[in-house]
Amino acid sequence: MTELLRKTAAELGRLIGSREVSAVEVAQAHLDRIAEVEPKVNAFLHVDPDVTLAQARAVDDRIGAGERLGPLAGVPVAHKDVFTTTDMPTTAGSKILEGWRPPYDATVTGRLREAGLVILGKTNLDEFAMGSSTENSAYGPTRNPWDLSRIPGGSSGGSSASVAAYEAPLSTGTDTGGSIRQPAAVTGIVGMKPTYGGSSRYGLIAFASSLDTPGPFARNVLDAALLHEAFSGHDVMDSTSIHAEVPPVVEAARQADIAGLRVGVVKEFGGEGYQPGVLARFHEAVELLESLGAKVVEVSCPSFGYALPAYYLIAPSECSSNLARFDAMRYGLRIGDDGTRSAEEVMALTRAAGFGPEVKRRIMLGTYALSSGYYDAYYGQAQKVRTLISRDFDAAFHQVDVLVSPTTPTTAFPIGERADDPMAMYLADLCTIPTNLAGNAAISVPCGLADEDGLPVGLQIMAPVLGDDRCYRVGAAVERALEDRWGGPLLAKAPAL
Amino acid sequence: MPYDEALERFEPVLGLETHVELGTASKMFCGCPTEFGAPPNTQVCPVCLALPGSLPVANAEAIESTIRIGLALNCTIAEWCRFARKNYFYPDMPKNYQISQYDEPLCTDGYLDVVVDGRTVRVEIERVHLEEDTGKSTHVGGATGRIHGADYSIVDYNRAGIPLVEIVTKPIAGADRLAPDVARAYVTELRELMRALGVSDVRMEEGSLRCDVNVSLMPRGSSEWGTRSETKNVNSLRSVERAVRGEIERQAAILADGGRIIQETRHFHEDTGRTTSGRSKEEAQDYRYFPEPDLLPMAPDRDWVASLKAALPELPSVRRARLQAEWGVSDLDMAAMHNADAIGLVEATVAAGAPAADARKWWMGELARRANEAGKPLAELSITPADVARVTELVASGALNDKLARQVLEGVLAGEGGPDDVVAKRGLQIVSDEGELLAIIDKVLADNADAADKVRSGKVAAVGALVGGVMKASRGKADAGRARELILEKLGVS
Repeated sequence: MTELLRKTAAELGRLIGSREVSAVEVAQAHLDRIAEVEPKVNAFLHVDPDVTLAQARAVDDRIGAGERLGPLAGVPVAHKDVFTTTDMPTTAGSKILEGWRPPYDATVTGRLREAGLVILGKTNLDEFAMGSSTENSAYGPTRNPWDLSRIPGGSSGGSSASVAAYEAPLSTGTDTGGSIRQPAAVTGIVGMKPTYGGSSRYGLIAFASSLDTPGPFARNVLDAALLHEAFSGHDVMDSTSIHAEVPPVVEAARQADIAGLRVGVVKEFGGEGYQPGVLARFHEAVELLESLGAKVVEVSCPSFGYALPAYYLIAPSECSSNLARFDAMRYGLRIGDDGTRSAEEVMALTRAAGFGPEVKRRIMLGTYALSSGYYDAYYGQAQKVRTLISRDFDAAFHQVDVLVSPTTPTTAFPIGERADDPMAMYLADLCTIPTNLAGNAAISVPCGLADEDGLPVGLQIMAPVLGDDRCYRVGAAVERALEDRWGGPLLAKAPAL
Repeated sequence: MPYDEALERFEPVLGLETHVELGTASKMFCGCPTEFGAPPNTQVCPVCLALPGSLPVANAEAIESTIRIGLALNCTIAEWCRFARKNYFYPDMPKNYQISQYDEPLCTDGYLDVVVDGRTVRVEIERVHLEEDTGKSTHVGGATGRIHGADYSIVDYNRAGIPLVEIVTKPIAGADRLAPDVARAYVTELRELMRALGVSDVRMEEGSLRCDVNVSLMPRGSSEWGTRSETKNVNSLRSVERAVRGEIERQAAILADGGRIIQETRHFHEDTGRTTSGRSKEEAQDYRYFPEPDLLPMAPDRDWVASLKAALPELPSVRRARLQAEWGVSDLDMAAMHNADAIGLVEATVAAGAPAADARKWWMGELARRANEAGKPLAELSITPADVARVTELVASGALNDKLARQVLEGVLAGEGGPDDVVAKRGLQIVSDEGELLAIIDKVLADNADAADKVRSGKVAAVGALVGGVMKASRGKADAGRARELILEKLGVS
């Protein structure tokens, strides 16, 4: 592995900006790495070296012409294949969009393009971001670089694996129920779910509109903050985007000072169903926070226990409507159009062939939950639970500055283990879902390896709405202290691929 | 069953759902233009084609227009409300859900007064809400022009996403045998209201105003409403009236035979004036409404709403009452002008300098006849109110008589230019040169010696034939009054 691959995104940006190394060299190094390890990892759905190198050359030219670009200009990024890109296909991991070439860039991809980041490719995901293991991709599972027999988390598993495997220094993901934080946790990297509305959803293929949140993956907290800052902020194309300044995330990641910070440990997360090795690392992290000057208290969030069922009514309800547009009429797959069948039949055949089992399951769940006569009992009740969860957060943040929990109840599980047990799969998001329902910010940072299996454990740090900077401040403090203890990043302990 | 018999046995209850396409420059949730008649699928973008990842952004002008409509209809404007998704699959609806409003409309509980047969009927408004239009499907082949039986269908998404306001009445009972007229008068009044507000061009033939007509019958003496049918595709004011009448007759025949009315959608056919069955609503679609998560709730500021209300233009009914008083015309004449859509034209003609009586006379007389012959509305005749005002001026000055004026109007309608151009080109000036006129009179008297003698002998009534001869000889250009005076003078009977 060349030294370029080991460097942080911040360092690469600096080297490219000062022309000590070219964006083309950096892109080529990562393309070589991709070519080398992809047969094992399968993190990417689409890689196009010509497109990538052309972008890199253009950035080198802009820098050469004296244009002042952002701190990440020339740094490669991998995009979850749920963000539209004009120069690469966008499939959402589904057969129904195989080969689709969007005519427009998502706000996230467009802004990063403008900031000079170079697109390495599009990463694998659970179909339409529905899943926690990337096994639901129509294009085969992605493998965890720590142990190729295990899942890389999901739904943004291609994005987490690509960064953990040094195929990309940065990647984007989306977090609807934990789809950034959980993959980050199980691959030993940093993943952030920003405040809902802090990052634009325009051009993000919708799963659940009121929950979907674009966010960054990186191998360290500062890099994640730099990427976060580069694509965030108000967007006129997204009505739910917040009219507010982006919280000072980069400054917070550099500060990393938590003296006097009040930290709440969520009482409801822990105990039965949690892997002992995960809990051990979590408790050590809490002790670490205390040793760094934080004041730790236990906080109760009684409604969090209803978060999972509420989520599995709201998210499928919205997805049942959002995915209705995939009807073979205007784009994507079309099955059975042989001149004898009606439009209705072609729609039905296409959807039957084009969607995988988990997507169909959720469309059916949501269709049922929204049906006349059931709406109040299901969707209506779930919205009430959502309000209660927001109130729990409000009350908690009255007492403390941040809340902490394990990001996931277990480490990465073996591929196939939960594939036939949706309920077991859904439990992977137990700790992350409340934040999606309330719309506040949360990050996952590595906090060690579980004793049982030697696999990474994530610490989740939750902050109030628009308190994204607190996640970075605490995350950076934990990272700094733990890397001192470990003598380097946790990823250095991963086996060579 | 004949209409009169149906009305003896049953009492009709009406409901009207009217869709108005707003005339905003851009679509409801994207920046695409809204012009009618552009080549298919040229006014589209990722949002209105529902490409994956696209999101709606609400058109502020459309929200304002809807609130103004609500205010003009005396509605309460919601303090807080939301868009909702109405989910159903249809190829001309790109998202396979329509962004509409469900249980939280922008405007509720209003009314519109209409005058029918000299009687004012208050039509109560249930709700006014904002939504987006669908694309337009054309079903090719097959006998019906509908999707079933078609060889194939083509879809134009230019219309998809155009802002659409739906105005729903409460059930209208008590109109009795005037039900068809009330329906027509309501849609007419609504159309004028939209024009006065400047929110839509309300062209029924282009579909920018569309009407669904609900009709049910209850037996006389009963107070329990019957099952209603919903007739779609009602595309002209006359069709609104005919559709109501047709449904009353159809339903009465079924009920009188002991049958029952099916709750269903029916399609109106312009050619026959009858309706045919569409899909049955008894196997009703479940639209699975839920609040649109891609859009924020609307909370119209109270001061803003008050300022919109204060800035409403004069409403059509108020304007009509004012003009009627100004013009001094009877209820009947005013109603006739209203029905002929002539009020605005007369008003503009008066504004261009014509006396009201003359303006009304020409628009409701000669021009109405011409429009009728040409089978088009008055407003589409190729003549302006200013032209008509000029003609009345020429008549008043004695330069034209009525007969010549009609020829001038004919010339203007034929595209020969303005009134003065036509007068010059056709040589239609009244003959005012007395020398020329006297020469004609001399010739006529010589040719009609018998008639001249009768007049001389005191039978003055015989002068008519002589005047007629002068008019004929001058090809209508003589001033008949002056000719009569001169003839009598010459014959020594004046």
